Amino acid sequence: MSILHAEWTKFRSVRGWVLGLAAAAGLILLFGLAPGMSGSCGKHGPASACTPTIGPGGEQVKDRFTFVHQPLAGDGSVSVRVTSLTGSIFDGPGAERPGLAPWAKAGLMIKSGLTPGSAYASVLLTGSHGVRMQWDYTHDKAGPSGFGPQWLRLSRTGEIVTTASSTDGVTWTEIGATRLAGLPATTEVGLFVTAPEYTSEMHQGLLNGSQGGPTQATGAFEQLTTGDGWTGAAWHTDWIGGRPDWTELPDPQQQGAGFRVAGSGDVGPAGAGVSVTQTLVGTFTGLIAVVVLGAVAMSTEYRRGLIRTTFAAAPRRLRVLAAKAAVIGGATFGIGVVASAIVVVFGQRILRANGVALLQSSATTQVRIVAGTGALLAVSAVLALGLGALLKRSVTAVTVAIVVIVLPYLLAVIVLPVEAARRLLTFTPAAAFALQQAVKQYPQVDDVYAPSAGYFPLAPWAGLAVLIGWTVVILGAAALLLRRRDV
Amino acid sequence: MSMRRALHAEWTKALTSPGTSGLLVMVIAGTAGLSGIVAAACSGATCGADVALTGVQLGQAIVAILAVLVIGNEYSTGMIGVTLAAVPRRFLVLIGKALVVAAGVTVAATVAVAGSVAIGETLLPAYHATLRPAVGTVLYLVLIALLSLGLATAVRNPAAAIGTVLALLYSVPIIVTVVTDPVWHDRLVKYAPVSAGLAVQSTEADPLIGPWKGLGVLALWTLAALLAGAITLQRRDA
Repeated sequence: MSILHAEWTKFRSVRGWVLGLAAAAGLILLFGLAPGMSGSCGKHGPASACTPTIGPGGEQVKDRFTFVHQPLAGDGSVSVRVTSLTGSIFDGPGAERPGLAPWAKAGLMIKSGLTPGSAYASVLLTGSHGVRMQWDYTHDKAGPSGFGPQWLRLSRTGEIVTTASSTDGVTWTEIGATRLAGLPATTEVGLFVTAPEYTSEMHQGLLNGSQGGPTQATGAFEQLTTGDGWTGAAWHTDWIGGRPDWTELPDPQQQGAGFRVAGSGDVGPAGAGVSVTQTLVGTFTGLIAVVVLGAVAMSTEYRRGLIRTTFAAAPRRLRVLAAKAAVIGGATFGIGVVASAIVVVFGQRILRANGVALLQSSATTQVRIVAGTGALLAVSAVLALGLGALLKRSVTAVTVAIVVIVLPYLLAVIVLPVEAARRLLTFTPAAAFALQQAVKQYPQVDDVYAPSAGYFPLAPWAGLAVLIGWTVVILGAAALLLRRRDV
Repeated sequence: MSMRRALHAEWTKALTSPGTSGLLVMVIAGTAGLSGIVAAACSGATCGADVALTGVQLGQAIVAILAVLVIGNEYSTGMIGVTLAAVPRRFLVLIGKALVVAAGVTVAATVAVAGSVAIGETLLPAYHATLRPAVGTVLYLVLIALLSLGLATAVRNPAAAIGTVLALLYSVPIIVTVVTDPVWHDRLVKYAPVSAGLAVQSTEADPLIGPWKGLGVLALWTLAALLAGAITLQRRDA
């Protein structure tokens, strides 16, 4: 305990160290609250406000599709044969080519209402992922794979929606069943078609990113049949989420008991975009400040020969190392949490006020990001402390720490192809930046899941574990050397 | 005392201090090594064409260590007192150090860039060595070294100096990636030391800043840092 107190006194009484800590916090705040982004949301009157579409789970979603529907009172079922799914891809204004997004969707849907973001369940044929059951934006269940015409069936019993598919309309395979809590007595049921943006990797100069454009899909349906006590009436068309303005979608055409329906958009999670993660970009500079602190805390002892006094006063050297780690780690964690909490709360407000369409993230995500930023800084500082003890030289220790923590991230963002970038961020200490990820990755959404878009290969806490692993190894080596070598 | 003798003194110090030659070797190994790793990762032709000299991202950190230590060691060991007693015209000390650092880094960077180019020619199908990016990269590393020397002379605390240099080298480019405001983004790309200096590597058709103009911007940063260092050295008690 007295060692801890001694180390704390050393730390707080050196003006440079306290300044360093303040600088770390200041840099995080500076870059977090500086309005480096601007957008057009709400800048041209109330109509331009970017109101996010919120799904039943409280998460931000996309909900734009063509819906040929009618109300269903109580229980009932509907089935249809999807005979073809074709589409086109827009590469730019006027540049259109035939093609289908892998997650283009055509099928049957039951929806609690026509408001975008309302609860739904669907069974659908995709561009190249076979038959699926999807519900409430984030859920996806694979049905039978295979292409070509498919029969789809969707039935409602109370709050339970069951889906099935068939290749011949005689033998049906159940795909799944889900309970849509609070599904109203009267729902809207019918055909839907939509097609998401396509994305591909892009490399230009010193910047990576993704590029893409809208796509469109047309589904041909026949033998649309209502059943299980539901007789049905006339079908209406609605463009949920608004009729797309990037393409001329033809009106659905009725052909006997079938339809040709064209759609463009997506029904699913919101995907990548500007989120709270980007407000914390100052972490990189703050991290350099705390790394300097950590390295200096150890190397200063060597420079001034103070280490002899320290070890004379506390002959158990490893306890000294542990006490230093506790003091540095604790202080940087505290500063990191306070600074990032302020940024997370106010940085988002500033961006929204600047017209940026910021992705919403849940309270638990934001708490994890704040605590994670503190942990990231604290563990990095302790890693630098270990390097300081190992190398005795602050300049080398600082550089090694920053090169192993920050450089992999920089390379992943600016130069490496996505696959290599993701691999690099699974084993280098930079994996811990996953703690700041705000967007979620879904297998049923095609996107370039690149670190530059805020996607990390590891889960947040797994990323932290990688950084901790490196720190433990370096501290272990430092401990071994401290015991062995003469001061 | 003449410039020639001050230079000779700095040369001897750098040559005999342990670590200098090791660091120079690491500049070569780090630069060529990282270039090789990135080229291997990019051999599937999914990267831009300018990746062959990416190793400079690591080489610049080692060059910075070297430059910071050249002056930092004097302060941390108290040697600076002896140095300034021997060469009372302090300005000459800084010039001597700058020349020695520039010479050492030029040699190491030339080998490192040659190695990177050779690796790029072997591994990258789309890459063709051209003179301007290669020569420009050597000059870039020399300028980064001199920038670090100037900053370290001005800041004096070696750890704080290397922290500042690395923040310029690594954090600023990351910050630029999240600045979407077009005006600010373009300004940062044009006038931040790394993005401006590395414009010399670019083979883009329409860069934000021309290759030599970009290197000129970095040279101005370097000049400013050296001036700040010279003024501090002149004015302050050692």
